[in-house]
Amino acid sequence: MDWLYLYMPIAGVKIFWPGLVLIGFSVGTIGGFFGMGGAWMVTPGLNILGFPMAFAIGTDMAHIAGKSMISTMRHSKFGNVDYKLGLIMLIGTMFGIEVGAQLIMYLERLGNVGSVVRWVYVFFLALISWMVFYDYFKATSKKAKSEGGAKGITWYETLHKIKIPPMVHFKAAGFTCSMWLPVFISFLTGILAGFLGIGGGLLRMPALVYMIGCPTHIAVGTDLFEVMISGLYGAFTYAVKGRIELVAVFVMLTGAAIGAQIGTVATKYAQGYGIRLAFGIAVVCCMISIILKEFKFNTLAAVLILGTIGLICLYIIKIMFVGAAQELREKAKNSNIAKNPV
Amino acid sequence: MRKMMWVICAIMLLQMTAPAVIWAAGGGATEIVVVADTRVVNNAAERYFADLYNTDITMFAVWCTVLTAVYGCLLGFLMDFLMSKTGLDLKSRKIIEH
Repeated sequence: MDWLYLYMPIAGVKIFWPGLVLIGFSVGTIGGFFGMGGAWMVTPGLNILGFPMAFAIGTDMAHIAGKSMISTMRHSKFGNVDYKLGLIMLIGTMFGIEVGAQLIMYLERLGNVGSVVRWVYVFFLALISWMVFYDYFKATSKKAKSEGGAKGITWYETLHKIKIPPMVHFKAAGFTCSMWLPVFISFLTGILAGFLGIGGGLLRMPALVYMIGCPTHIAVGTDLFEVMISGLYGAFTYAVKGRIELVAVFVMLTGAAIGAQIGTVATKYAQGYGIRLAFGIAVVCCMISIILKEFKFNTLAAVLILGTIGLICLYIIKIMFVGAAQELREKAKNSNIAKNPV
Repeated sequence: MRKMMWVICAIMLLQMTAPAVIWAAGGGATEIVVVADTRVVNNAAERYFADLYNTDITMFAVWCTVLTAVYGCLLGFLMDFLMSKTGLDLKSRKIIEH
């Protein structure tokens, strides 16, 4: 069974390569569906396979960049990427990440920073999950009362009233707002991303929906576009620090290429609120796993995170295959009618 | 009730930051230098990158970034081609909602 193990020349470890393909596939599926890089999923997985932690983070970063590229290409075919919004947000994200990183450096000078970061992370994950579930129940209770369009949290409507010039129209997202709104929001999410050391998709996706006013599908695509650029930057900086295993990146990307197609195409058949609800569940599990890690239940944390990945992955695959089968059946039926009109 | 919550929050914050402030006098750890072991690598491409890693890390970083982007694009186009053969409509969606 030696052929199942691949030697990683830089990390100096032998790795079970089908495990790498499986991680790539799962993260590709989940990332393509939710519009995030998925650093919180890959790092523990790589660590379990045998990578030292620093290599797990660096390799994860490079893999995320490549994977987001594949997903962004697919999302852009659906018209899910608002490039103008993505580029404007990039300004705020870059400055924000730098401020967040400086904050970390300051805290590091004070001493042990890990615990502070973890609790801030838990707080924001709790906030996001509360927002997602509150929004979902608000929308479904409104829908039950009236047949009109169901709307949950609409903070973006208030924020759109700010008319500081220049006003910009985002064609794909379908709204007009002050340019400073996406810049400011992305600056805030950037600070948190830099502070927490993550790509930022986990925070940016809900911010795009609830504070900027993007439709869920556009939020997913636009966020992936941003993750792609920040991921490439992250890959470079980690490579300079010598913490990337290129062989593992390539093996994982091969799995991710297939997963990304499944995840992205599944958004076509999923309701926006369905995506948000699954996202909320993922965030809650991520939060519990961090709390477990803080209290040194490392195995339990890894089991929880990997179990969540597996289940959400199966849910997305089911959505994609059921939707695709139905579409192909309808297509065949329509072509039969066209061939044999009664 | 609200007052009690504030007190709990303040205690939690203190718990988190106090050890950090106390340990502030301690020195930081020195950075670990990793060297790729080229003696056990047989493949020519792997050997080249392992050597590059040991000798010119900036060039290695440039290669990593460029190759990741190129491989990502390549896989994107390949999967795009394969998906177009499935007969699914990959350019529009029926469900449009906020």
